[in-house]
Amino acid sequence: MALSPRKRAARNRYIQYAVLAVIVLVIAFGANWGELHRAFWDWDIVKAQFPDVITTALKWTIIYTACGFVFGLALGLVLALMRLSSVGPYRWIATGIVELFRGLPALVVFLFLGVGFPLAFPGREIPGGNVGTVTLALGLVGGAYMAETIRAGIQAVPKGQLEAARSLGMSHTRAMRSVVLPQALRIVLPPLTNELILLTKDSSLVYILGLSIDQYELTKWGREGMNSYANLTPMVVIGLCYLLITVPLSIVVRRMEASAGRAR
Amino acid sequence: MTTTANERAGAAIDVRELRKSFGSNEVLKGIDFHVSNGQVVCVIGPSGSGKSTLLRCVNMLEAPTSGQIFVEGDEITDPDADVDALRSRIGMVFQQFNLFPHMTVLRNLTIAQEKVRGRSRSEAVEVARRNLAKVGLADREDAYPAHLSGGQQQRVAIARALSMDPDMMLFDEPTSALDPELVGDVLAVMKELATEGMTMMVVTHEMGFAREAGDKLVFMDDGVIVEEGDPREVLADPKHERTRAFLSKVL
Ligand SMILES: Nc1ncnc2c1ncn2[C@@H]1O[C@H](COP(=O)(O)OP(=O)(O)OP(=O)(O)O)[C@@H](O)[C@H]1O
Ligand SMILES: [Mg+2]
Repeated sequence: MALSPRKRAARNRYIQYAVLAVIVLVIAFGANWGELHRAFWDWDIVKAQFPDVITTALKWTIIYTACGFVFGLALGLVLALMRLSSVGPYRWIATGIVELFRGLPALVVFLFLGVGFPLAFPGREIPGGNVGTVTLALGLVGGAYMAETIRAGIQAVPKGQLEAARSLGMSHTRAMRSVVLPQALRIVLPPLTNELILLTKDSSLVYILGLSIDQYELTKWGREGMNSYANLTPMVVIGLCYLLITVPLSIVVRRMEASAGRAR
Repeated sequence: MTTTANERAGAAIDVRELRKSFGSNEVLKGIDFHVSNGQVVCVIGPSGSGKSTLLRCVNMLEAPTSGQIFVEGDEITDPDADVDALRSRIGMVFQQFNLFPHMTVLRNLTIAQEKVRGRSRSEAVEVARRNLAKVGLADREDAYPAHLSGGQQQRVAIARALSMDPDMMLFDEPTSALDPELVGDVLAVMKELATEGMTMMVVTHEMGFAREAGDKLVFMDDGVIVEEGDPREVLADPKHERTRAFLSKVL
């Protein structure tokens, strides 16, 4: 059967629509809607979540994530510059830190810091309590990833930029600060925002540290609610709260990528 | 020897026994020459002969493997030299312009004045505007480089270098990346600089510029200076076979 390429493309499109329609129908008729509704969206439970799910849980998720991200960004910048250093030991140390914290699951890092640190240094604690520990753990995990992103961004700035700055008499530090890094950061803004989305979800690991009820972030909040109501509705609510943070960030990333594409 | 020393005493750029290797590849094989104050020296030669490397050694963008370079009597190759300070006295113009794309034209011209020369914002702006007018771009100070033509970008790059009030200017094939119809504007600015007495070292394929504005022509091949002399004489009557062969290809 010799179809022209255009006809074949049209036929393929019809097949894809048909598959989609079948799937939708199976779900629509196959699912037990009454049970779904009871288990996932009980209005009384939904109402009981507010306003505390926002004023406590969402707030703490944002605080934990923001602290971890800011520390991670600073750490990532330092590690990236170390990896580009002409001093060997700086490069090796930075590579070691990056490989270590990129390779370990975030959960393991949280455990080492939250449980291991008090055991290893009895009587001492990480400054800032839980917030300090989260900042450190999320920052290490995020910073290791961001270091690689930032390093790639710095290397994406044409070599002539540094040379032009140096030829005007700028020191290496000044040229990096005024000329190279601003351009590199513009390049890495979309991937860094993606990293922020990942950290938002990783912040749920803070439950390992044992939180008091007024420090619950979204996931902990949802799990406690799920257990006490024996119902999944709190999980749906906190799921929507996560999307409230991450979807706008995704849109921002897409905008930035589109405008970067236009500028080229 | 003494005559050379005397002649060189006031040289703007003095290069002695300069060698440069990249790994095992020796690119400059003992370069000796000087540029006097106010002189315009043009450097020509086939691709890969080491012209750019020589120019980049003069302001230490490349570190020489051996030899010495003096800039107005100060040895820039001395390990204790303040290379940043010396560089700020040497303007450099690149084939690819290398304007800072995240800054306006005006900011491109003021940032080093402020951060390196320590000039106030208003003083830097005044100097920048004067140099933009000089290259014929007074009305483009708020534009970003991406919105300028190649010829305009290169003239901004020249104005940026001039804004540091350099004692000399290095040009590395400043018109090679330009569309033919834009070359003239850039060459005109360079000729004006030459008549004002700026010391210039220009790597170029523009033999017309060398003939008109050059005081000395240097022909390089394979990491050595094969021939140097008055541009009109070298171009009309090259002494060496390699120079002759090269010129017959480009003229
Ligand atoms: N950073 C570098 N690392 C290794 N090799 C280099 C480097 N820069 C230049 N070279 C080599 O040095 C030689 C001379 O290069 P150079 O750029 O000085 O030549 P050129 O005369 O300017 O040529 P062109 O007319 O093509 O610009 C070439 O063989 C080049 O491959
Ligand atoms: Mg070159």
